[in-house]
Amino acid sequence: MKNLKFILVAILAFATVFSITSCEEEDESTPGPLTLHFENRAGSSTLNFGQAYNNEAGESLTFSTFNYYISNIKLKKADGTYYTVPKDSSYFLIDGEDNESHEITLNDVPGGDYVGFEFVLGVDSLKSASDIGQRTGVLDPAGAAQGMYWMWNSGYIFVKVEGTSPAVTEVDGHFFYHIGGYGGYSSPTINNLKNISLEAHNSEKASVSKDAHPEVHIYADVLEVFKSPNSLSVAQSPVVMFAPQSTDIANNYADMFSINHIHND
Amino acid sequence: MLQHKTTAFFKPYLARSTISISKTINRMINSHKKYTASLIIFITLQFIAACNGEEVQPDISLFLPSNFPPPVYDISSNPITPEGFALGKKLFYDPILSRDSTIACGSCHIPFSSFSHVAHSVSHGIDDKLGTRNAPPVMNMLWHTTFFWDGGVHTLDLVPFNAIQNPVEMDENIANVYEKLRRQPTYRQLFTAAFGSEDINTQTFAKALSQFSLMLVSANSRYDKYIRNESGGELTAEELEGLALFKQKKCNTCHATDLFSDFSFRNNGIKEDLTVDKGRYLVTLNPDDMGRFKVPSLRNLSQTNPYMHDGSITTLEGVLEHYAEGVLLSETLDTLLQQPDGTLGIPMTSPEQAKIIVFLKTLNDIDFNKDPRFAE
Ligand code: HEC
Ligand code: HEC
Repeated sequence: MKNLKFILVAILAFATVFSITSCEEEDESTPGPLTLHFENRAGSSTLNFGQAYNNEAGESLTFSTFNYYISNIKLKKADGTYYTVPKDSSYFLIDGEDNESHEITLNDVPGGDYVGFEFVLGVDSLKSASDIGQRTGVLDPAGAAQGMYWMWNSGYIFVKVEGTSPAVTEVDGHFFYHIGGYGGYSSPTINNLKNISLEAHNSEKASVSKDAHPEVHIYADVLEVFKSPNSLSVAQSPVVMFAPQSTDIANNYADMFSINHIHND
Repeated sequence: MLQHKTTAFFKPYLARSTISISKTINRMINSHKKYTASLIIFITLQFIAACNGEEVQPDISLFLPSNFPPPVYDISSNPITPEGFALGKKLFYDPILSRDSTIACGSCHIPFSSFSHVAHSVSHGIDDKLGTRNAPPVMNMLWHTTFFWDGGVHTLDLVPFNAIQNPVEMDENIANVYEKLRRQPTYRQLFTAAFGSEDINTQTFAKALSQFSLMLVSANSRYDKYIRNESGGELTAEELEGLALFKQKKCNTCHATDLFSDFSFRNNGIKEDLTVDKGRYLVTLNPDDMGRFKVPSLRNLSQTNPYMHDGSITTLEGVLEHYAEGVLLSETLDTLLQQPDGTLGIPMTSPEQAKIIVFLKTLNDIDFNKDPRFAE
C-alpha cells in the first residue's frame, strides 16, 4: 500500500515537472495574438483625407472615403502550411475614417513563424447570400455596414472610394466608386471578389507565441484603384457603382496591398 | 455626402409620390364605404370582447392553401407567434419608421388594396438605377423566390431595409429607427414578449415585420374555392370560359400555378425603350435581362390598379388590349408574345378579352382585403 502511494506521488511529481518543462519547450507553438495593421496610402505617402494627390491620368484627387472589407483570412507559415482564421471571426471592415478599424487583431493564432497571408477583399458569396441571422457586426446593414450595403440587392460594397477633383465637371466635382458584386444569388452576375495573397519581404516573419505580439504592417494604396491594368480617369468616369465597368476597377485594386514590414515585439 | 445629393436629386420624384399617396387615400375613403358595414360589425364585436375582459387573440395559424405549391420561406427560421405577429403588425403601420414620421409601410401597402399602392417612384438610390415603380401587393410572400420587380432581394427579411433607407420612400436611417423604438417602453415590452429580449436589432426587427407579411395569405377567392371544391366556389359558364381561354391563350405559362406567377423575369412588351427602367438587368447586368420584370400575381386585380411595374396601364381592359394589339417589340421581348407569322402579342377577339377579364375577377379575395387581423 505504502509503496503504491509512493509510486503514485512519484508519477504525479514527474508528470508535473514534465508538463512544466514541456510548456517551456513548446512555448513557440502556444497560441498568441497577431495584428494586421492597415495603413492607407496614396502612392509614396500616407493617405490624408482632404489633401490632394495625382492619379496616373494626372488628375488631382482629394479623397474623403476609402473603405474596404477584408474576410476569410489565412496565415501562411514558413513551412508552407496555413492557419485559417475561424470563418465567423474573419470579417472586417477597414473604415478610412476610423483608425481603430485599421488594426485587426487575431487572437489564439497557433504559435509559429508566419511569412505571408491570404484574404478575400470583399464579403464572400456565401456570406453575401446569407440570411438575416448572419448579418451581424460589420455585416449589419443597420450598423457598421450602413453605407457599405446595397439594400436593393442585399450585397455589400467591397471597396468604396469617394472624393472630389477639379477634373470632374459633373455632380459638384465629386467622384464615387462603390465596387461590389459577389456573383449573384440565383442568376450569375459580375464577381468583384478578389483573393489577395501577400508575402513578407527580406525574409521577415511574424513570430507568434503567447509572449509575443507581432504586427504586420500592410499598405493599401488608394492610387492603385486608378491604375494597372486599367487607367481610370475621374473626368471620364466620375461615378462607377454596380455596372460592367466596375470589374475594371476591381482588377485595378486587386494589387493595392503589400506588406511593408513586420514588428516582432 | 451622397445621401444628401440623392435626396436633392429625387425631390421631383418625392413630390410625385406624395400625389400618389393622396390619390390612394381618396381611394381608401371610397372603398371604406363598401366596407363600412363590416367594419362596424367588427368594431362592435371587438367592443363586446373588450367589455367581457377577454383578450382578442387573433388566429395566427398560417394558412397553407392546398392548391398552392410548397412554401419557399423557411418558416422554421422564424416561427410565427401571436406576439411576433402583433409586433410586426404594429411596426407595419407605424410611421415612426420614416424620417419625418409621416409614412408607414401600410401607407403604401394598404389593406384595402391588397397591401398595394398606386404608382410612385422608387429607385435603388443611386443615379443609374432610377425607375418609376408601382408598389406590388404584399401578399403570399411565403411563396416568393425573390422580392421587388427586379428580384434584387432574395429574402423577405431583408426587404424592409430597402424601403426605410430609400430616399423616395421612408428616407430614414435604420439605426435611427432602432433608437426611436428603443425609447418607447411599449416597443421594449413588445420585443421582449416576441423575442425574449428587449434588444431591438436587425434580426428581431426584420423577423417581426416578416411575421406580419408572411401571414398575409390570399387564397380564398371564388376561384380558389372552386378549385378546392369548397362551398361558395361556383363559377358561371362565362367565368369558366374565361378560365379556359386564360389557359388556351397561354397566359398561364407566365402567370403559372394558383399563385399566378412562375416568378421568372420577362418582358411583356409594354416599352420599346428598355433603358427607362432596366429591370432585372440592374441586378444581373446581363443584357438579356434588359427590361424584364418579375411576373406579377393576378390575384385581387380589382384592388391593385394601376398595373405593370410602372403603373402605365390603368384598367384590365387596357391590359387585355395590350396583350391583343399593343405589345411593343424590343430586343428582349418574350418569345411567347411573338407569333410565328411575325405578329406581336396574343391574338384575342374582344369577346375573348372580356371573358378573360370576367375570369380574372374571380381571383378577387374579399375575405383577405377586409381581414380584421391584418387591418390597422
Ligand atoms: C413609399 C411607398 C412604400 C413604403 C413606405 C413601403 N413600400 Fe414596400 N414597396 C414599395 C414599392 C414601390 C415596391 C416595389 C419596389 C421595386 O420593385 O423596386 C415595394 C415592394 C415591397 C415588397 C416586395 C413585394 C414583391 O412582390 O416583390 C415588400 C415585401 C414590401 N415592399 C414591404 C414593405 C415593408 C415591410 C415596408 C415598411 C418597412 C414597406 N414595404 C414600405 C413601396 C413602399
Ligand atoms: C411572357 C409571359 C407572360 C404572358 C404570356 C402573359 N403575361 Fe401578363 N405579365 C407578364 C409580366 C412580366 C408582367 C409584368 C410586366 C411589367 O410590369 O413590366 C405581366 C403583367 C400582367 C398584368 C398586370 C398585373 C399587375 O399587378 O400589374 C396582368 C393583369 C396580366 N399580366 C394578365 C395577363 C393575361 C390575361 C395574359 C394572357 C392573355 C398574360 N398576362 C400573359 C408576363 C406575361
